[in-house]
Amino acid sequence: MSERNNILGRIREALKVSAPLPGLHGDTASAHRSTESPASHAREWLPSVGASSEEQVALFAKNAADLKADFQLFASRDELIIALIKLRDTEKWSRVASHGGGLTNFANKALGLPVTLTDHGYNVQEMEQCDAGITECDALIAQTGGVVVTSRSAGGRALSVLPPHHVVIAQRGQLVSDLPTAFANLQSKYAPDFPSMISFITGPSRTGDIERILVLGAHGPKKLTILCF
Amino acid sequence: MSSNVSDFKTRATEKAGDLRHRSVIRTALRSYEIVRDKRKAAFQSWESARQAAAETKWEAVNHLDKHLEALTAKLEARGTKVHWASTGAQAREIIAQILRDKKARSIIKSKAMTSEEIHLNDALEKEGFTVVESDLGEFIVQLRHEPPYHIVFPSMHLTRGEIKDLFLKELGDAPSDSPEELTMVARRVMRQKYITADVGFTGANFAIAETGMISITENEGNARITAALPKTMITLMGIEKVLPRFSDLALFLPMLATAGAGQPMTCYNTMYSGPRQPGEVDGPEEWHVVLLDNRRTELLADAEQRDALHCIRCGACLNVCPIFRNVGGHTYGTTYSGPVGAVITPHLRGLQEWKHLSNASSLCGACTEACPVKIDLHHHLLQNRRNASASQPSFFEKLAYQVFGIVANEPAFWSLAKKIGWLTQPLQRAIKGSALDPAKAWTKTRDLPPQPRESFKDWWSNRK
Ligand code: SF4
Repeated sequence: MSERNNILGRIREALKVSAPLPGLHGDTASAHRSTESPASHAREWLPSVGASSEEQVALFAKNAADLKADFQLFASRDELIIALIKLRDTEKWSRVASHGGGLTNFANKALGLPVTLTDHGYNVQEMEQCDAGITECDALIAQTGGVVVTSRSAGGRALSVLPPHHVVIAQRGQLVSDLPTAFANLQSKYAPDFPSMISFITGPSRTGDIERILVLGAHGPKKLTILCF
Repeated sequence: MSSNVSDFKTRATEKAGDLRHRSVIRTALRSYEIVRDKRKAAFQSWESARQAAAETKWEAVNHLDKHLEALTAKLEARGTKVHWASTGAQAREIIAQILRDKKARSIIKSKAMTSEEIHLNDALEKEGFTVVESDLGEFIVQLRHEPPYHIVFPSMHLTRGEIKDLFLKELGDAPSDSPEELTMVARRVMRQKYITADVGFTGANFAIAETGMISITENEGNARITAALPKTMITLMGIEKVLPRFSDLALFLPMLATAGAGQPMTCYNTMYSGPRQPGEVDGPEEWHVVLLDNRRTELLADAEQRDALHCIRCGACLNVCPIFRNVGGHTYGTTYSGPVGAVITPHLRGLQEWKHLSNASSLCGACTEACPVKIDLHHHLLQNRRNASASQPSFFEKLAYQVFGIVANEPAFWSLAKKIGWLTQPLQRAIKGSALDPAKAWTKTRDLPPQPRESFKDWWSNRK
């Protein structure tokens, strides 16, 4: 408690002298301060996303491809299931990890493989041995080509990073245009009772720590597949 | 004091002439500027985004007490234990005490520059704890028993061949020197360590006052796993990391990724708001957040340079700095190197001992230009020079300028000095750079242009 007071005391003492306004190299004349938050117009400065939902789907697909994520869009749930089964066969999955949910339940059933479900706790070694982790998500973001998962909606903290292949099952309506929308949606959906983990996943795990050469699957999944209908 | 300076000079001279080092760094940074500029160009307005980011950080840092109190209250409300540390020693003791209480043996760490700042690994290892760095670059430099070379790319000074040899020696496993295969070696080694570690340790990139969250940015997924599996989690963060609002991340996350590595977004950006909550299936039972001052409040008290606390540690200023590129990260001898390190280290560790870093700059301003939160880096380097000489003037420098003042103010002295200069030129050439030359530090590697017989002033008054 006392260090808290010491630190806060030093901060208050320091802040008695005010600092020049930022980013203007001391040129206060051209500073204009408004009452709204400085970042409230972020949407107008971030990369543009296009107006129509078709444009945004196309942008998501392009961004995901740049990130080396595999994005597939289907006309129906049945088509998605066919693609999932094909994935199971080409990659020779023998066990997957997943969680209960409106979208994952039918996927897991169709796969017909042993499933490690996280809903009521799980064995970590067992999950580590699984060939894929199949989850739902909170949103797809056109602007970045990434997905948002949370500890509540995607089977906990480990499921989306421990197995070597992360498969996201999503619906087209979950696609949002940009980052400001994604943050606003999370806030209106959860505040003040947020899931203890919210993760913006933008492509499969990667590193450039050896000669800055890109390698996928540093510690998290080597592959990220987003199946959407 | 002098040993810091002379160590710096020795290492800088050595590295600047090391062609191998230069080519490694050049290779590592070759594509950086290209991809970064491409990502910057994708922004509708990178400049407006920078200004907004600077203003947001200004708001955060200039109301730091309020934001820290809000952050703490929110974190504690969901069962997180918040600790405050004025010094590095206090932070180390808080962390060691948590480990003792938990009877922990092994700690898995994700990248945290604050832990480098307080030399945490050494302290914990002395107490018998096993500490493993999980970030690939940090793991590599840990195996080499050296500090990170760069705040974002810890092992950028090493070639794949050197890393292969290191893995062979330390791990007995390195199938080839392919980056892919070497990365997979580290992946395999780390997997079981995550599962068996008693405690997971992380740093923090941002802390959100409004919602009580810590946001961690990473590419590898190691921080995600570190924060998922061990029963206890510890996060160490500098007090300046706060942002006021959750929505501010919509701006800061893409900017950090763009400025730092030319990515649209870093692979994992994860916000933690507590330990495992009721109804959740995994995550730590206990989460400790340690707030570190370690003289940040002294920098805060310097209103002129307070904006140096806006730094989001993206590393952009290092990447573009001609001095950093030539002398390398280890030469600085500091946790934070490059322009930002040269600005903040004198505040964090003593102005007189570290003032020489403000001269490790060509004042080209590339750092200021690159900084996503518009910190006035090169002006701060000048201010550090000014402050250092005001608080401890150099006798010879003062004398030299006084003499120069007298000579320059008196036309007769001035023309005499010109004549002497011209006459002694051959002598200067003869001793140039040798032990006899009083200006040898400068002339050893530089030529003085020959002084013409007739100065411009003489020519002007003689012309008709
Ligand atoms: S000073 Fe600016 S450019 Fe340098 S690391 Fe900090 S935020 Fe990045």
